[in-house]
Amino acid sequence: MRHILSLLVENEAGALSRIAGLFSARAFNIESLTVAPTEDDSVSRMTIVTVGSEEIVEQITKQLNKLVDVIKVVDLSESSHIERELMLIKVNAKGPAREEIKRLTDIFRGRIIDVTENTYTIEITGDGDKLDAFIQALDARLIIEVVRTGVSGIARGDKAIRA
Amino acid sequence: MSKTKPKLRGAEIFVRALADEGVRHLFGYPGGAVLHIYDELFKQDKIEHILVRHEQGATHAADGYARATGKPGCVLVTSGPGVTNAITGIATAYMDSIPLVVFSGQVATHLIGNDAFQEVDAVGISRPCVKHNFLVKDVRDLASTIKKAFYVAASGRPGPVLVDIPKDVTADVCEYEYPEQVEMRSYRPVVKGHPGQIKRAASTLLSAKKPMIYSGGGVILGEADAELTEMTRLLGYPVTNTLMGLGAYPGTDRQFIGMLGMHGTYEANMAMHHCDVLLAVGARFDDRVTGDLEKFCPYAKIIHIDVDPSSISKNVPVDIPIVGDVKSVLTDLLAQLKNHKQKPDQAALEAWWEQIREWQGIDCLRYDRKSKLIKPQYVLEKLYELTGGDAFITSDVGQHQMWAAQYYKFNKPRRWINSGGLGTMGFGMPAALGVKTAFPDETVACITGEASLVMCIQELSTALQYNLPVKIIMLNNRYMGMVRQWQEFFYDKRYSHSYMEALPDFVKLAESFGHVGVRIEQAADVESALQEALDMKDRLVLMDFVTDQTENVYPMIAAGKGHNEMHLPSERELA
Repeated sequence: MRHILSLLVENEAGALSRIAGLFSARAFNIESLTVAPTEDDSVSRMTIVTVGSEEIVEQITKQLNKLVDVIKVVDLSESSHIERELMLIKVNAKGPAREEIKRLTDIFRGRIIDVTENTYTIEITGDGDKLDAFIQALDARLIIEVVRTGVSGIARGDKAIRA
Repeated sequence: MSKTKPKLRGAEIFVRALADEGVRHLFGYPGGAVLHIYDELFKQDKIEHILVRHEQGATHAADGYARATGKPGCVLVTSGPGVTNAITGIATAYMDSIPLVVFSGQVATHLIGNDAFQEVDAVGISRPCVKHNFLVKDVRDLASTIKKAFYVAASGRPGPVLVDIPKDVTADVCEYEYPEQVEMRSYRPVVKGHPGQIKRAASTLLSAKKPMIYSGGGVILGEADAELTEMTRLLGYPVTNTLMGLGAYPGTDRQFIGMLGMHGTYEANMAMHHCDVLLAVGARFDDRVTGDLEKFCPYAKIIHIDVDPSSISKNVPVDIPIVGDVKSVLTDLLAQLKNHKQKPDQAALEAWWEQIREWQGIDCLRYDRKSKLIKPQYVLEKLYELTGGDAFITSDVGQHQMWAAQYYKFNKPRRWINSGGLGTMGFGMPAALGVKTAFPDETVACITGEASLVMCIQELSTALQYNLPVKIIMLNNRYMGMVRQWQEFFYDKRYSHSYMEALPDFVKLAESFGHVGVRIEQAADVESALQEALDMKDRLVLMDFVTDQTENVYPMIAAGKGHNEMHLPSERELA
């Protein structure tokens, strides 16, 4: 099963490599990992998407908690949550395709943020499925470059994860 | 008006902080990046520095010191090769949850990342085998980082901590103040166990018909041997210890039914297989203990007490997990058991003990005691008798380690010191030197083999310099015995590279290092030779016992087998 783990970690050099190292050393999966400081610059918030059985995800959570730099670990997928990912995609936009891509971008509520004679650069956010669907909808031959951030997540409602 | 404190150099802060932490012994080896620190060590006499001959020896010695005393072992090495040489010892301590604080020199901060002379990414290279590590980039963080390092190493589930200190940090100055305590929001080990879980555990234990207590190294690390012993005696249940847990419960007590696992006793493993309630205390269900997980304790409800939540249900799903310090949890559990209305089912318990006595009747540790060739088991039995079971015994890794665990009965914790998790050959002798440093008046013996001993043989020199007269009991079978045994059983006797050709003359070797060397070739001479060596209180004696080459360790559970599928010595092999 897919799980979204949300972590608060000390914003210190090496914290990221401790976490990444843990996943590789214990043969856990990472589908995506995002990290940036929070409003408190001594704390970073990290979102890790992983796949595994309940036992494995329990073990991942325990092992993460054991790391001295990790302040808190919450499995967002255990309750109602919102997940978002940002994608920047550069496509060939010449001839009849140019108008078609513009329409497609509107349908997906994306924005064209850079334009040249030959290309568009499009910004689009949503969950992973939506971004996948956008890529599918495009003619694969037109895609020049895809940049995705990986998932960021937050709990719905009043719930919050604080240091 | 408050007086400003004098400003000290980082190197002086380092030495003062160690002294304030109560460090008495520091095992180390100098080099460029730690020269400022060595200069400060020269000027003081609070901390004794023991110069090893290789950094691996420093970590093993500090490790032995920590296992024997319960206090963190302390190591100082230089940058680059100093650190990489120390890694094997750090990983050894990590696998057995031993508190070590290892200080490594680092190139100056402005050179880090430049591939400077003797530069290595110490924090990166040690990361997978430390509990935590630090790089000190500012002298103002030095004292507080040292405090944190000792706190993290010794609290919760203990482990090694590395502190990497760039050379310029040891030259920079600032005011010195050693913090009284540390507060880390991201590190708060659990102490008290959940009362509801402890209550459930008490009821489950008391309703058992075929109970079993399985305790590990955590009981020794958590200083909970007295609580374990009291509880076990109160209940009257059988108890087994893991390799790391030997001595946590008295080895000569009638409720103790031996070590369990791959080379555990028949009765301990059979009792594990047939028990209906298993209480695991400070043990981690290691693969050498469990055998095939599919076949592990098929009838048992399992209660598991451990300070590390990640140890619980990692390998074996547990019915009643209790996270907490073993001493605290056992104290609470004991109180519950004493006040409980229910008492153990004596009729069921009697039948269970009768079954266990029957298994014990097989005498799984029998061997040919009349052999003219020296049987390794015989040497260990004699050593046990002559030392009254009261010596500190360190060991290396292989057959001799298993025989020592089987034939030396440990009645006290912290007397059995071996590399259980990582299985590091070369551990035994330097570890013995560490123990002897802490307990100069105690008998310290290292059980080893001729293959293991030479892996850290250079430390014989350290032993002479610091007058550490340990007894080295080398069971010399001219093979890497455990490798040979596996090749005999599982590789059709193709002894690929397990034969030790071109061995040194160990008597001369000991003598060349300034020690006493003895070679013993007859079974009849074993006892007197051991006694003579033990009587030479102020000399290190290396005893080269020329043993039966083909002796195997029994009983044995082969890989992929269950506890009830043990291989016992055949009559032919005993003849």
